[in-house]
Amino acid sequence: MSEDHVYLSLVEEHDGDGARWAFGTGFEDPLYGIETAVAADVDRARLTACCLALGDDALVLAQRLAQWLTCAPELEIEVALANLGLDLLGQARMLYARAGQVDGSGRDEDAYAYFREPGEFRNVLLAELPNGDFAFSIARLLILSTWRLALFDRLADTPDPVLAAIAAKGVKELTYHREFAAEWAVRLGDGTAESHSRMQAGLDEAAAHLGELFASGGDFDLDAESVRADVEAVLRHVADAAGLTLRLPPAHMTPTASGRAGEHTEHLAPLLAELQSEARADPEATW
Amino acid sequence: MVTATERARAIAGAVPDPEMPMLTLADLGVLREVEVDDGGTVTAVITPTYSGCPAIAEMRAEVDRRLREAGFGDVTIRTQLHPAWTTDWITSRGRAALAEHGIVPPRPAPRRAPSGPVPIVLSPMRPALSCPRCGSTDTEQASPFAATACKALWRCRACREPFEYVKEI
Repeated sequence: MSEDHVYLSLVEEHDGDGARWAFGTGFEDPLYGIETAVAADVDRARLTACCLALGDDALVLAQRLAQWLTCAPELEIEVALANLGLDLLGQARMLYARAGQVDGSGRDEDAYAYFREPGEFRNVLLAELPNGDFAFSIARLLILSTWRLALFDRLADTPDPVLAAIAAKGVKELTYHREFAAEWAVRLGDGTAESHSRMQAGLDEAAAHLGELFASGGDFDLDAESVRADVEAVLRHVADAAGLTLRLPPAHMTPTASGRAGEHTEHLAPLLAELQSEARADPEATW
Repeated sequence: MVTATERARAIAGAVPDPEMPMLTLADLGVLREVEVDDGGTVTAVITPTYSGCPAIAEMRAEVDRRLREAGFGDVTIRTQLHPAWTTDWITSRGRAALAEHGIVPPRPAPRRAPSGPVPIVLSPMRPALSCPRCGSTDTEQASPFAATACKALWRCRACREPFEYVKEI
């Protein structure tokens, strides 16, 4: 007789389902059962690049968030950061799966996540920087979630229905991420002299990367100026509430390196080495 | 006379949610459609709650298994991303089941203005929840996430008890 509870049902024998050895394992294609045809008039190279860029941003930031586990100021914050990372990981999985369908290679999510070299990653540099102190991590999360939310909100109307659906779903998640980061920015900025100065330093360091984010808006056929305006308005609102000063990089300043072109800091390779070690040690492993 | 579609819908809809077993998939609103065609093929459509929710694979396997056990030989489970799941789809039966278990059900999901960016809300503007034990509104959020990604942890300052709440999205 089958068990009524799914946890208990896991220990039963399943025909052809032997990979599910624990709850949440035996992941199939994250786009399993979704209508995945690619329209004939779609620019496949551009759509692939878009899915990979957004997927890489999410995977790399998810890894950084996971690195806070056992190191965050409070247990509740660890749980929160891990859950934000889980949302991003879910977005990355669907975006990679879509990239593999669109570029015609049929590569699965693991091929993109585990078997590409640092120079093949297209994430923005801000995502890969080390966690620094909690204030920098919060400033980075605030900026990246605000920017990604602005992109996803627009991509919800993109012609590719799969990317549009992934984006529309992500908007709800990113709204919560942005709120979490904004509330911490206010708490720290409006806290003690020490928390204020560290939050200001974190915001300055993270905001210096806004140039790269805004420069990459054009990759997605979006109105880069309106993205910039939305992002700046939110950051100003939060900075005002927190008593912080938002120092934007000059609009004319072009970034020196671009993660979107595969030019990365020295911090990405060690991050990927850790992320990819298990899959590369045993390419036949399943989870 | 119960049609095959009604029977399949009842079976699939009765599958418990892996993470909140007091709810069925029908209560949670993730089971979008169940149809049986003339040839006896069942097609069930489910939608994930959050992008990273690991429970979606379990839900799919469970729906498939139960339908097959009930005698449906040909079962297809489709996943639908659009429209994105919202807590507004949790049924009144589901809300009652949550409340019975001391979990505060979600409030109505925030409505977007027809145009313009997603507004940002900072916490003091959020109304407090009523404690499911003593009813006091002297409550505060203790953690933005709880035992599952879809819940937050709150505490009551009056009776000092913690409680969970399903966040509206």
